Amino acid sequence: MPPASITLPPTMSSPATPALAASRASRSGDRRKRADRFGDRALFALCAAAALLAVVVLVLVAYQVVDGARPAMAKYGLSFITDTEWQPNFKVFGAGVPLFGTLVSSFSALLIGAPIAIAIGLFLSLLAPKGVAALVAPLVEMLAAIPSVILGFWGLLILAPFVQSTIEPFLHDTLGFIPIFGDPQTTGLSVFTASLILTIMIVPIIAAISRDLFMAVPRDLQDGAAALGATRWEVVRGVILPTTASGVVAASILGLGRALGEAIAVSQVIGGGIEIGKLFEPGDTLAARIALQFPGALSELHKSALFYLGVILLVIGLLSNLTAQWIGRRFSYQGVAAK
Amino acid sequence: MSGGIPDPTAPLTPSGNLRRRQLFSKFTEYAATAAAVLAVAVLAIVVYTIVSRGAKAIDWEFITTGYPTGVAPMLVGTAVIVAIATAIALPIGVLIALFLTEYAGSRAAGPLRMTLDLMNGVPSIILGLFVFRLLVEHKQQSGFAGSVALAIIELPLIARGTQEVLRLVPNSMREASDALGVARWRSILSVVLPSATGGIATATVLAVARAAGETAPLIFASSIFDPRKVTLNPFEAMPNVPVFIYKLSEEGNPEGFAFGWGMSLLLVSFILFASLGARALLGRSKRRLSSS
Repeated sequence: MPPASITLPPTMSSPATPALAASRASRSGDRRKRADRFGDRALFALCAAAALLAVVVLVLVAYQVVDGARPAMAKYGLSFITDTEWQPNFKVFGAGVPLFGTLVSSFSALLIGAPIAIAIGLFLSLLAPKGVAALVAPLVEMLAAIPSVILGFWGLLILAPFVQSTIEPFLHDTLGFIPIFGDPQTTGLSVFTASLILTIMIVPIIAAISRDLFMAVPRDLQDGAAALGATRWEVVRGVILPTTASGVVAASILGLGRALGEAIAVSQVIGGGIEIGKLFEPGDTLAARIALQFPGALSELHKSALFYLGVILLVIGLLSNLTAQWIGRRFSYQGVAAK
Repeated sequence: MSGGIPDPTAPLTPSGNLRRRQLFSKFTEYAATAAAVLAVAVLAIVVYTIVSRGAKAIDWEFITTGYPTGVAPMLVGTAVIVAIATAIALPIGVLIALFLTEYAGSRAAGPLRMTLDLMNGVPSIILGLFVFRLLVEHKQQSGFAGSVALAIIELPLIARGTQEVLRLVPNSMREASDALGVARWRSILSVVLPSATGGIATATVLAVARAAGETAPLIFASSIFDPRKVTLNPFEAMPNVPVFIYKLSEEGNPEGFAFGWGMSLLLVSFILFASLGARALLGRSKRRLSSS
């Protein structure tokens, strides 16, 4: 649509005598030039300040968390990380149990979630007819949009009873010879249920990224493999996965980072266990313990110990994020871009 | 039929190794389809539960009165907290995006983009600890402290989303503006930015949808509140939807659960419609930019 009307600036639409107009133009031009010089600098300064602010905020976040943890760091040192005792009443704190729970629940979620997510990525990029893909892709992403507190609420009231009555007995009967699949418990609140909730959270993330990666694999390579007689699976196995492997790994690490840091949903379904247990027993994660205990912290030292958990969480989270970024940048488009 | 002469009209069917390979390939196709079906089924189950249980709780009174008959204070509180957060994050996010696309060379853009990605990856509970130290400890809980934490969550989303659309603004438009002798800042504010409004709106709506359901930071910033009456002052603790759902789920009281489902339905429908709307908006503005 063309603009409705073009109004000329007043200096152009009202011609005075040429000389007067020229001098007025040059004077207003000067003013304009000065204004522009100022405007250019001001906008640049504003933008640069905003960019700087982002960096400062990130540093400040890290600083405040470390600063809050200082008393606990001074008292317990590095042995805090592996110590499994946590008794706020006796001022004994150690991060071993929640750290173990964090790693177990997140890696279980990744173990269940990554294959499913990659399969969804393959389905959306290669198998699904266009219309179906256009419908399913947003639906899968919707899964990521559900707030964690609601997913946790659902997990607590719907998923946990189902896990307790159905999935745990089944897994115990079929895989019970592996020690970590212990006896089913009286409630479904367990590390395993937390892993399932985390799986639901990370699948859409990994699926969306891997779909984009798979779609970027050059058509010629796939056609070439197909022309040599490869079946569809062999095209995937021989061409698509090798060219995108690093990107898929980066996506999985991003998903892992999301799972590591999730507090609310996990705290609702994990049951707040205090010792290192089996998969179907209650456990705890770093983030969940902070969310559960901070509001009712008994002492400054208790608070500080929770901040120390936060430091560990922040370090793990930033490391996983940086690794994902590094892999993504270093390897991801090598195979794809170098056609 | 007789002897070794195959019937030339019979369809060619693979046998042996080829048959095995094709069967396996078919099997993996079904498996991938099943994975997609599973994901959609989980979404359907979750949404169905929320809708079927939440719809029972929601009526006019539920939306307009305070606890224990309704949840109006929580709705108002969440709206205010998220509005303040967006008012902080939107201008800063757009300026950062402008810096990335219009000013920064690759040496500044790389680290800045990394900073934004890191910020996006910081667990939200850590942001809770942060605002607790900065704004709550030795003072009191406030909706504003929650807004600051949510603004940090929204900032990278808005900045990255805006930057994606700004990159789509054709360079010819910038050049045309330069050729007319228009100063840089004027062409940025009157040419580049207006053509990206759709994208900025999309990114903002998505960020709002994400922030509205964020619970962890608000546990530190705004969790000790009175759910019975509406609070409009952001400098005291404000009732809000996510923390109240969390509290109800911890209490284990069936009546509270009904309230939780009702609020979940309100929150989820807001988020789903917002993200669907944003998606449609983005598609339109992208098409317009790439066609011009």
